[in-house]
Amino acid sequence: MELAGASIHDDPAIRVWRLPFSFCSRHETANFHIRQIKKQLPLWFWIAFFLFVSEPAHAKSIWDFQEPVTPVARTSLAASVEFMRIIMGIYIAVFAVFAYSIFKHRKSSGAQPGTFTGPGSRRQWILAITPFLLLIYIDYIWMGIPAFHAISRMEDTRTAADMTVKVTASQWKWQYEYPDEGISFVSAMATSQGQIHGREAKGEHYLLEVDNPLILPTNKKVRILLISTDVIHSWWVPSFGVKRDAVPGYLREMWVNIEKPGIYRGQCAQLCGDGHSFMPIVVEAVAEPQFNEWVAQKKAQSSQAEAVAGKAWSREELMAKGDEVYKVVCSACHQADGKGLPGAFPALSGSSIVNGPMLDKEGHLFKDGHLDRVMNGKPGTAMQAFKNSLSDAEIAAVVTYERNSFGNRMGDMVQPAQVKALR
Amino acid sequence: MARFIIRCGIFKGEDMTEATAAVAHDHPHAGIMRWLTTTNHKDLGILYMSFGGIMFFVGGLFIMAVRAELLYPGLQLLSPGMYNQLFTLHALIMVFGAIMPFATGLNNYLIPLMIGAPDMALPRVNNWGFWILPFAAVLLLIPFFLQFFGTGSGATGLGWMMHNTTLDIQSGIGIDFAIFTILLLGVSSLTGAINVVVTALNMRAPGMVLMKMPLFVWAWLITAFMLILAMPVFSAAATMLLTDRHFGTHFFDAANGGDPILLQHLIWFFGHPEVYIVLLPAWGLIPHILATFSRKPVYGYRAQVYALCAICFLSFIVWSHHMLTSGLPLAAEVYFMYATMAISVPTSVLVFCWLGAIWRGAMTFETPMLFALGFVAHFGMGALTGLVLPDVAVNAQHHNSYVLVAHFHYTFFGGGIFGMMAALYYWLPKFTGHMFDEKLGRLHFWLTVISFNITFIPQWFAGLDGMPRHVADYALRFSAMNFISSVGAFLLGLTQLLLVYIVVRCVRGGPKATGQVWEGAQGLEFTLPSPPPYHTFETPPEVK
Repeated sequence: MELAGASIHDDPAIRVWRLPFSFCSRHETANFHIRQIKKQLPLWFWIAFFLFVSEPAHAKSIWDFQEPVTPVARTSLAASVEFMRIIMGIYIAVFAVFAYSIFKHRKSSGAQPGTFTGPGSRRQWILAITPFLLLIYIDYIWMGIPAFHAISRMEDTRTAADMTVKVTASQWKWQYEYPDEGISFVSAMATSQGQIHGREAKGEHYLLEVDNPLILPTNKKVRILLISTDVIHSWWVPSFGVKRDAVPGYLREMWVNIEKPGIYRGQCAQLCGDGHSFMPIVVEAVAEPQFNEWVAQKKAQSSQAEAVAGKAWSREELMAKGDEVYKVVCSACHQADGKGLPGAFPALSGSSIVNGPMLDKEGHLFKDGHLDRVMNGKPGTAMQAFKNSLSDAEIAAVVTYERNSFGNRMGDMVQPAQVKALR
Repeated sequence: MARFIIRCGIFKGEDMTEATAAVAHDHPHAGIMRWLTTTNHKDLGILYMSFGGIMFFVGGLFIMAVRAELLYPGLQLLSPGMYNQLFTLHALIMVFGAIMPFATGLNNYLIPLMIGAPDMALPRVNNWGFWILPFAAVLLLIPFFLQFFGTGSGATGLGWMMHNTTLDIQSGIGIDFAIFTILLLGVSSLTGAINVVVTALNMRAPGMVLMKMPLFVWAWLITAFMLILAMPVFSAAATMLLTDRHFGTHFFDAANGGDPILLQHLIWFFGHPEVYIVLLPAWGLIPHILATFSRKPVYGYRAQVYALCAICFLSFIVWSHHMLTSGLPLAAEVYFMYATMAISVPTSVLVFCWLGAIWRGAMTFETPMLFALGFVAHFGMGALTGLVLPDVAVNAQHHNSYVLVAHFHYTFFGGGIFGMMAALYYWLPKFTGHMFDEKLGRLHFWLTVISFNITFIPQWFAGLDGMPRHVADYALRFSAMNFISSVGAFLLGLTQLLLVYIVVRCVRGGPKATGQVWEGAQGLEFTLPSPPPYHTFETPPEVK
């Protein structure tokens, strides 16, 4: 099935395909996609084969989730596979009887219609009742009892938890915080707009890559706390077998115990607005020594950052840092060019808030001014209070950046020390 | 269409004066005024069904755009905001605009004929109930079209259940229009439901005790009770959302002490019965069709009535299985899991009775029978996967993934729409007086089955592989499944144009249908000529 790139262009069957999909942009030719799909197609044939022909017991691979790496994921995968086999069995059994009847009891083959309207004899009653007893057995004993134990285990987030990670969801990024280690950072999608809109070739981990992955140690029970600052999101990594909503106003929790080092990818699973498709989760599971090393490194970085927050930053430093922060934190809504999305997200370019005062005469926050809006947000909108998630330096830098970019020429700047004093 | 409309109303009598008088009495208005002011259950049934049919294609068009976007990874055609609007409108229109009105049309046309009543009990309310619908539909769609003229931010894009509260509060005018649409639909559904209850309980022909009432009427009676119980909750939730958005209340706004989960509870308290509101009419008509083409009496009548009642009751106590990932307490998760599994018992009673209906029959396979059997086969898949989903541990994987999308399309399309199509083909000769083109009908069936499965089987696998729903763009590992699914969806869409052709041709003419229509057909409606005269059963028939 593997076709070399050149031969696809010569294949007349493929050329026919090219026409209807002409809306694909230059780099995203239909051929590219067809090639991609051809690569994956054998899998589809296997699936069709297994679904319709093979005995479900052999079909393990098609019921599979992504590789399960936590005890919870293994349990739910096992339960899912078992349940799928049971329902396949029921389906085949029931529809075999249907098929038999359809082929046997035809008028054209001279069948005489019966006149019965229910089970008649005792034997028929037993035949009629048995499937339901079997069904109740499957529901409440065969699958029901293990399910109860699985849920109890899944919900037991506190017993013997080795560490805690707090996940704060907001449109459309995740903030990860290690309360015991005092580390916190924001994780946003790293896939470029060019790839999404077909101006660049798509990378291997298209839409499933982030700038700062969540680093977790293997073989530790990690309790994950979930909150949201705006709307309901849902944290889901298929390999971990857990999915839990992050609900504003509630603290939700779950746990993972990753047994195998590796990089695991997932996505937000609750419709949360325009950026719902672009809110990936990447977890890097590493052995404990490496994790400790990473923690030490992170701590050193943040104490360094605290030290530099005290110094007076130059304009260039603020602008460079601001550019960095803006791309990660702000551009999802206000767009890379600062023009916003009309009707949904206001433009920063030429905005009266960005081009207005930040501080009043006494040096306090000017209400609804630029700095106030960034630090405290605007209630009831997607604009959250960033003082909770960004450092002094980051707020100072991004505000300075916004006031001097996108055609805004305020010329002023904010120092991290000022932000610190205003908290 | 026009000729059919005129034909089905004209009373052909020997005595011209009497006939003229009857015509004058029947149709105080000609042309459009007849349809605006009609209180005749057959006219209203036709209006409901035509409306449902039109909305089926509107909702279908929206999803064609969605599937075109999902053909390849990357954003090619739509912005994510537009994508959200399109699938939300697809869902709202298909559920509230297509399946429910079509089922209501069937009940309007058929219930009086089946129980030997001259009309529905409340004819004027009936008219009002219908004429709310087109306005509701327009209201829902106005913001969608306004955005192309630079006004507003488009229609609601929050999914059909709109239960991401703060997102609701943030969104533009589209959600306000949707709220008013929901309130209007609530009024319309309630009038329809009350009408069914009053008619079925009071207007049965002498001798037709409740346990002799046809199953379709039973199913609709139960559906009507479900609507009366569930719909006000939906309207209340929508109203609370409206006051949250505009009048400073904070029912659902966590930032001000409200509870975002409350809206999910309220909406799913309606939403789960709604699933059965969509399905019950189909479950009610399938035994009629299976019995007819097996040339046997209905199998397990009592068992089916009790099973329908049991499903109605259970549907009100399982709503939180739609929210199993939202962090319910352990006890609630266990309860909702076991309660949901209980639904499998009455549902399999129904499947068992369908099997009993064809067993040792003398079957023929006309189009309605094909659709009825297709219904059983596809609904079976949807129902059986519904057995897996409430297992909370497994649900943590499947919830809000494409597995869920495939699951509910197997129940809604494989169940609801297949059922409605079976009913349409079954009673179309009764409505029009003409037989439809049997060959084309069978072609339509097979094309629908094939393209439906091409569309939705890949979605199981995309979901098992970890594809979340509601996404405008997806990772490369899902591209093959989405490509196949999109191609299937286009085929499925095109195939339905064949249905339009078949129905229009059948309305315009064709071989004459007898009153009996199908060899094995039973029931009072088949004692009447096809099409039935404008007024029927003015003297109630005697039922033995």
